Amino acid sequence: MSDYQHEVDELERTSATAARLFDVRRIIGGLFVVYGVLVTIAGLTASDADLEKAENININLWTGLGMLALGVFFLGWLYLRPTPPPPPAEPAQAADTTPGPDPDRDTPTP
Amino acid sequence: MQQLAEELRLSINWLDYSILAIYFVVVLGIGYAARRSVRTSLDFFLSGRSLPAWVTGLAFVAANLGATEILGMAANGAQYGAYTVHWYWIGAIPAMVFLGLVMMPFYYGSKVRSVPEFLLHRFGPSSHLLSSLIFAVSSVLIAGVNLYAMAIVLEALLGWPQWVAIVVAGFFVLGYITLGGLSSAIYNEVLQFFVILAALIPLTVVGLKRVGGWDGLTDSLTGEGRKEGTGGEDFLSAWDGTGIGEANALGANWLTIVLGLGFVLSFGYWTTNFAEVQRALSAKNLSAAKRTPLIAAFPKILIPMVVIVPGLIALVMEPTLGKEGSGLEYNDAIPVLMRDLLPNGVLGIAVTGLLAAFMAGMAANVSSFNTVFTNDIWGAYVKKDRPDAYYLATGRWITAIGVVLGMGTAFIAASFSNIMNYLQTLFSFFNVPLFCVFIIGMFWKRSTGPAGFWGLLSGTVAAMLNYFWLYKQHVIDIPSDQGANFVSAIVAFVVGAVVMVAVTLVTRPKPVEQLAGLVYGTRSPGMSEPPAEGDDAWYRKPALLGWGAVILAALCYLPFSL
Repeated sequence: MSDYQHEVDELERTSATAARLFDVRRIIGGLFVVYGVLVTIAGLTASDADLEKAENININLWTGLGMLALGVFFLGWLYLRPTPPPPPAEPAQAADTTPGPDPDRDTPTP
Repeated sequence: MQQLAEELRLSINWLDYSILAIYFVVVLGIGYAARRSVRTSLDFFLSGRSLPAWVTGLAFVAANLGATEILGMAANGAQYGAYTVHWYWIGAIPAMVFLGLVMMPFYYGSKVRSVPEFLLHRFGPSSHLLSSLIFAVSSVLIAGVNLYAMAIVLEALLGWPQWVAIVVAGFFVLGYITLGGLSSAIYNEVLQFFVILAALIPLTVVGLKRVGGWDGLTDSLTGEGRKEGTGGEDFLSAWDGTGIGEANALGANWLTIVLGLGFVLSFGYWTTNFAEVQRALSAKNLSAAKRTPLIAAFPKILIPMVVIVPGLIALVMEPTLGKEGSGLEYNDAIPVLMRDLLPNGVLGIAVTGLLAAFMAGMAANVSSFNTVFTNDIWGAYVKKDRPDAYYLATGRWITAIGVVLGMGTAFIAASFSNIMNYLQTLFSFFNVPLFCVFIIGMFWKRSTGPAGFWGLLSGTVAAMLNYFWLYKQHVIDIPSDQGANFVSAIVAFVVGAVVMVAVTLVTRPKPVEQLAGLVYGTRSPGMSEPPAEGDDAWYRKPALLGWGAVILAALCYLPFSL
């Protein structure tokens, strides 16, 4: 291996992303549930003008329900297949400035 | 301009603005939450090479699905009709599959952190520095052009003054990338991907109903319902009228489409543009890196349905679109549909999606710019061998500087928009010789360092000569800018390849042991990773995904060819 590959290897060992980055499924799920609810309500309370504009399709209702379903899908996926636990800390991390286990590490909660 | 601005103004209410506000909060929240995961420069620039394939794959397609791309491809749909599908099915899918199946083992396996860094190890410093500098400059300029495009659209749709849009979007992008680095850029891209689909799908559904479904659309563009000056008999065919010597709207024939767009232009863009490849390099292992562009290929095949089709619908609803004196340009296709078809609520989602797509497009440029500047220019030639924390801090500073420069470019673009068009064309000529150098360097062990540099330079110069001199001065006759683009790309590739071969024959090759893992048929010692658990599942086989995408793209052509 050449020098730069050793360097990248070393950086990969001390990298914190795998252990500390949150799971994006939670964000997608959360945002789409919120959007889904907002848009569905707009669909349930749609005025005649709204309906007419969208060719008599209650597009807010359908889009809202679709977004809600996508949000629930991501949250369900996260619940059924939680974030895999981070790989065990290697001795190399001892030299790092952050000592010991991380109090605020993401735990794989459902 | 004033009249145009009023014509496109949307009736936005509190609900739409709440949806937009929630999005801005989430964008910054992602940056703030991702901050804890940044400990090393590798975390900041490549997410620690640890993301799952579906995340990097969706980010890969979203990084390309910027708003300029969405509005531009809808505009192409309205202007050229079904020819626009070539940008997707032949102009993207084969290149994405090639990147995943053939090139990714070299990129990811050699542990390079950027596309230019591969050139450094394969060819040496001269081609490395040349491509790094050009990439850095072009990323900042393109980020600026993107910001400016956004400012125009937001002024027309929402009535925001241009400077407000530039400053607000610029600072949000600056904020979330400086905090969370590539991880927050990628997470925001994944989010943007879903929001933009939630905007485009309802738009297409309602639009199709308005024009009487697909049959109504076909009739209005090619049949008896056709209005004078719109559409045409060949308008919904991908290949009719592309025989050599035949005149068509695109100004290109099947040969320049297949070779120029399908082969050189698209392979140049998809396989060597670091803003794309960076997403794959942040994957957690080689299998995930290979699958990144392959997973991205499937949404890419389907995107024409919600981008080109709205362009066609807009043309039926507003037959004066793109005509002199109508006040509406082809680029206004999607904004027109938003204005005419979407009620408040979904309208807010659409505005949010558009804004998200603008910001993600800019963020892709900024997050690749900071990586190349820090690793390939600053760290390689200016301040070498500093501790890692120094490069991490440099990366954060240069992100801020890059965004501010981009904002400056946007303000310049606001006064000299023609110059910006030229610059973009100019930079588009750089990817093609880069691809030429990569492909020869990967498969021909003997090709030498000087050959890489001169191939790169001569190919770029040849493309520019062809476009700005032979085409623009009418020395040769090509009917349109698009057609000239395709021809220039072919010229760049051929000249670059010929120069590379010639220079290689008179210079000394690198010793073979220095090329381990960088050329076809070699492996770096100690680099074979054990396959991760579950990677042998059939639906994760790269070959199956890749060939599946190619076949699906070919099948998509059928209804538009017969």
